[in-house]
Amino acid sequence: MPTKLAITGAAAVAHAMRQINPDVVAAYPITPQTPIVEYFAQFVADGVVDTVMVPVESEHSAMSAVVGSAAAGARTMTATAANGLALMFEIVYIAASMRLPIVMPIVNRALSGPINIHGDHSDAYAVRDAGWIQLMSENSQEAYDLTIIATKLAEREEVLTPAMVNLDGFITSHGVEGVEILDDEVVKDFVGQWEPKYPLLDVDNPITHGPLDLFDYYFEHHRQQQEGLKNAYKALPEVFAEYEKISGRKYDFLDLYKMEDAEYVMVVMNSAASTAKYVVDELREKGIKAGLIKPWVFTPFPKKEFLEALDGRKAVVVLDRAMSFGKEAPLYSLVKSALYEAKERPMIGSYVYGLGGRDVTPAMLHIPFEEAMKGELDPNEERYLGLKE
Amino acid sequence: MPNQKYFQYVRKDRLPNVWCPGCGNGIIMKSFIEAAGNLGLDKNKVAVVSGIGCSSRVTGYLDFNTLHTLHGRAIPFATGVKLARPDLEVVVMGGDGDMLAIGGNHFIHACRRNMDLTVILFNNTIYGMTGGQYSPTTPHEAIASTAPYGNLENNFDPVKMAISSGATYVARSTVYHYTQSVKYIEEAIKHKGMSVVEIVSNCHTYFGRYNGMSKPAQFMEYFKKSTVTLSKAKTMSEEELKGKIIIGEFHNDESRKTYLELYEELSEQLGGVAK
Ligand SMILES: Cc1ncc(C[n+]2csc(CCOP(=O)(O)OP(=O)(O)O)c2C)c(N)n1
Ligand code: SF4
Ligand SMILES: [Mg+2]
Repeated sequence: MPTKLAITGAAAVAHAMRQINPDVVAAYPITPQTPIVEYFAQFVADGVVDTVMVPVESEHSAMSAVVGSAAAGARTMTATAANGLALMFEIVYIAASMRLPIVMPIVNRALSGPINIHGDHSDAYAVRDAGWIQLMSENSQEAYDLTIIATKLAEREEVLTPAMVNLDGFITSHGVEGVEILDDEVVKDFVGQWEPKYPLLDVDNPITHGPLDLFDYYFEHHRQQQEGLKNAYKALPEVFAEYEKISGRKYDFLDLYKMEDAEYVMVVMNSAASTAKYVVDELREKGIKAGLIKPWVFTPFPKKEFLEALDGRKAVVVLDRAMSFGKEAPLYSLVKSALYEAKERPMIGSYVYGLGGRDVTPAMLHIPFEEAMKGELDPNEERYLGLKE
Repeated sequence: MPNQKYFQYVRKDRLPNVWCPGCGNGIIMKSFIEAAGNLGLDKNKVAVVSGIGCSSRVTGYLDFNTLHTLHGRAIPFATGVKLARPDLEVVVMGGDGDMLAIGGNHFIHACRRNMDLTVILFNNTIYGMTGGQYSPTTPHEAIASTAPYGNLENNFDPVKMAISSGATYVARSTVYHYTQSVKYIEEAIKHKGMSVVEIVSNCHTYFGRYNGMSKPAQFMEYFKKSTVTLSKAKTMSEEELKGKIIIGEFHNDESRKTYLELYEELSEQLGGVAK
């Protein structure tokens, strides 16, 4: 029987990790990721997991240790945020290129500078091209579920690609909510035993990981990584369906909220979607056909699903919780490009909100809808919600 | 009346500080301010650089040229400042995690180069800011949030590390030994070359709570009781020195040239423009 616990998002993720029971966890503390590792360290100390845990001296070392242990054949996890992820950066790429199915929760926090510890998505976007699967969660339940889903997906033979599970710093990681935790056995069976195909420690079949790869095969290896992500895209519906069987919770590429007849659509990731759903409800009460799309999957980017969901709508407003300096905001540019082949292109507008943890209020989220309804969207203008100017 | 001599070095509008009441960080900050006052430092001729951590917040309160940087990177930022402005007195402040874990590499290399920096290490033997994880100076077997059954790892001795890496002024004090701290900081600032002053401090909130010393006063008692001077230590056996904090000036050698001196010499030799 699943149990419902009133816990933080960090604790929910730690419970998922406990049930996944990785062989090795190497981590370095950084706000707001710290409680995940603390809860997990307690599980290790209490002997309820078989994990060897190493509190290393930096994130650069954490990701390096994780790559080493995964290459040796271990199921391996770590977690980080913002500057920690930035410090891991070079090895983040290596984990993907070595096709090591590491799972890493990212507690989204604004990248410095100036120094800020609160939530935005600049860290997730900074590694969008690193070759990892990126799943996005709105709340603690989703963070828990997607951590388990990520493990199953990453370790599939045709995928073998590391995965990040994103949850919003403080709002999700530190907020207490009811979270349904599946039975340990159920999760254990779902993720199964990790059986690496090419572990470093198979002395009868010695292999090498990460050798010099110049103009002879580097290109082909990257082409294969692309294939891994295409396979992840293909495998996701199956993994989601299997997860629904054990949990009763249905996931998809996109969380579609009141979209059947929606004319005005907001696209937003993670926790702000909860506020946006509330705003959609308010608009619906006034008879306005508002709807919302929240991607559960950011990489591989569900381009086809966006096209299908948005083709023919009156207007689409895309909200980004980070900027791409000198370019269009990341989610906006991807959604816009997904609409290239639309038969009936909607009006579209870009809104940046909530940087560095700036509060996101319902009043703020009404603005893009109002501007859409007045026909005031400009596809080439980036607008800001809640900015002091 | 607060002494104006000290207040000229403080950003009063930033007070009160964020530190827990009784945290050693305030004492170390004051030691530095007093040393600066005694030396009559012109605050516009001093740059203070810090990384990230409770201790590193000090650059928010000190009214010098200050640079609050990234976790672990204060020393390379400071190196850059010194290379661009050799006329400035460049002081680095930060924690044991910041300077010996994530930034440990920079610490040993600045010592090796004999960069003309003054490093003040706030050694509270824990990562205070992130909630009490063990650091490279947490004693073996001490409790931390990442070591609920005691720290398996052994700790660095920052003084030995600094000396063996090439620092040319190295001293240790504790927050209880305020007068000595002021004196060592003064010496370190006057010293030409890489100076390291380790000040053993208290994080009663984390290290203390985990290890039976949740009150700042308990740390003061402990520092008072467990400290021996370097000259006394020389007369004691290794067994007697177990668990003791040795304070004093461990190393002071101005005969070695600093990186900048060597650089300028070479530059002159090659016909470059001397600064
Ligand atoms: C790259 C990176 N990783 C992790 C952190 C989180 N972090 C901030 S301060 C700190 C440790 C602080 O310990 P210490 O340097 O000893 O300073 P104290 O708080 O004890 O004064 C950590 C891990 C960070 N800011 N940046
Ligand atoms: S947590 Fe520890 S180091 Fe940080 S301010 Fe409090 S007592 Fe000082
Ligand atoms: Mg410390």
